[in-house]
Amino acid sequence: MASLAPAASRTSVELALQGNRNDVRDRVFSAALLLTLLISLFVLIVLLWTVVAEAWPVLTDRGFGFVTANVSSFESRAGVRQGLIGSVILIMFVAVIAVPLGIAAAIYLQEYARDTRFNRALISNIRNLAGVPSIVYGILGVAVFAGTLRSITGPDSAGLSYISGGLTLAVLVMPFMIIITMEALRTVPRGIREAAYGVGATRWEVVRSHVLPYAAPGVFTGAILALARAFGETAPLLLVGAVTGYLSPGGSSGLLETLQGKYTALPTIIFNWARQPGEEWRGLTAAAIVVLLVVILIVNLVAILLRNRYERKW
Amino acid sequence: MATVAAQDERVRASLRGRAGRRRKERVVGGVLAGASIVSIVISVAIVLALVFRTANFLAHVEWSSMWSGIWRPRQLQFDLLALFLGSLVVTGIAMIVATPLGLGAAMYLSEYAKPRARRILKPVLETLAGIPSIVIGFFAFTLINPAIVKGIFGATSPFTMMAAGIGVGILTIPLIASVAEDAMYAVPGSLREAAYGIGARRRTVSLRVVFPAAISGIVAALILGISRALGETMVVAIAAGATGNATRTINPLVGNQTITAAIASLAIGSDQVKTTGQGLNAFEVLYLLGLILFVFTLLLNVVSERFVRRLRRFH
Repeated sequence: MASLAPAASRTSVELALQGNRNDVRDRVFSAALLLTLLISLFVLIVLLWTVVAEAWPVLTDRGFGFVTANVSSFESRAGVRQGLIGSVILIMFVAVIAVPLGIAAAIYLQEYARDTRFNRALISNIRNLAGVPSIVYGILGVAVFAGTLRSITGPDSAGLSYISGGLTLAVLVMPFMIIITMEALRTVPRGIREAAYGVGATRWEVVRSHVLPYAAPGVFTGAILALARAFGETAPLLLVGAVTGYLSPGGSSGLLETLQGKYTALPTIIFNWARQPGEEWRGLTAAAIVVLLVVILIVNLVAILLRNRYERKW
Repeated sequence: MATVAAQDERVRASLRGRAGRRRKERVVGGVLAGASIVSIVISVAIVLALVFRTANFLAHVEWSSMWSGIWRPRQLQFDLLALFLGSLVVTGIAMIVATPLGLGAAMYLSEYAKPRARRILKPVLETLAGIPSIVIGFFAFTLINPAIVKGIFGATSPFTMMAAGIGVGILTIPLIASVAEDAMYAVPGSLREAAYGIGARRRTVSLRVVFPAAISGIVAALILGISRALGETMVVAIAAGATGNATRTINPLVGNQTITAAIASLAIGSDQVKTTGQGLNAFEVLYLLGLILFVFTLLLNVVSERFVRRLRRFH
């Protein structure tokens, strides 16, 4: 009796704490929330599956030949070689221009700039630039890079050249790069900066030898994500003249002539093929998308691996 | 006295460091500041390019043609309302898709998911965010349109605004989820604990405590979503059929154009569009469309930033 009473009162107390109603509605609510995430997962899986299923006949038939074949108006011969080369060259522009400029601007805004009204406006301006639709950057490209600066970007191709396309993508990606780098710099603990200042380091010495190495993994991943984003960007390239139709394989010309010449890119080829009627073109489009997604996924994987490697130092 | 002053000066000089080191410091600071000024140059270039080219277009176009009832740039008919309605339909459908899915995912990740579930589920949204829009456009055209729009809503066209809207919605989910989750995650734990302390359930805490406390950030997420959906080009260009023409309709079961898709189809249009003669290239209307798009999205982004700042002040 003496041992039973507390147990009995415990269950009654627990029942009272649980409330009168059962928790079914709570569980239904949490299941509904989980469902929204699972729908996104489901969409992702169906998307990848659809693309691979559509691409399967082309990829098994042609194998790697599809990647090395030139653009052609015959379904059986068309490949993505020029698009892949074009995209890689465009990405070089982003890597050489947008990434260093973005990192430098972020260092200035996060480590150097005082909290003045001007600098706050500068940061807010960058946030707004990051929200400008990509096609507007295409208009900037066609008006400024292909128009005003035509004598530099390509006098013979009406300015619709690698240089214009690469600059447009670089300008598009730069705000994104600045924001990501600023976030990475913000995670560096104050103590690291103060310790370096304490032994007499100048601001640049603090940034270069202490803040940047600490923030490197974040900056690195940011840069790689920015490149991946530029790789899949299509809309601005339509304006800055990536050729959507036939493009000659190109002879041997100098570097500058090539860069000032006409070009195409992988996403533009995908867009062009997607608009062709017929089942064969649909398969080709899907196959080109598989190539695009494989590149983007590999790039992301590299980002993760490099980040893990760097992180071990700290 | 003199020796103290001299010593003082020596100490100061050594604290200041060598001249070369100071010069290097100034140069580096200048270079970094210059890099951040580039962003202003970009903004100014965008605004100038849009304004000047638009002014040139407006000086040559017949103004009544911008209210002609149909968008047919080849015949110099630039009915802006047709494109506005198109953008409205696509953005509306996109938000109907993305709002529940994005906010639900945000609330689950912020309030319900255990750390391990978070580690597995969050990359799903990140991967979705990394898929290029042209891929979503292909998906909307090859699967969403036949399976959902034709199958459920009985559309007959291979190109529909609804397929485009759903595709844009899928693109918008990760953005809404990520901004809204940040807002909910930032709600102080003490608010939740106070509610649990008086016996509230998790659902009550999520809906009545966390949701209202994070409402500024959630509104910001939705506004950013609208801005993103409004600016999306490739999904619409593929799934709604970039034929070049548009009509005043809000029927989502037919193909039509948005502001962005109209810019894209002008850009890839044949030479006919680019040289219409009469002192006016139909092509040039794209600067006006770009300016309109720029102003709309800029306003939305500024408003959403206001909301985010209000959230920060609140906590």
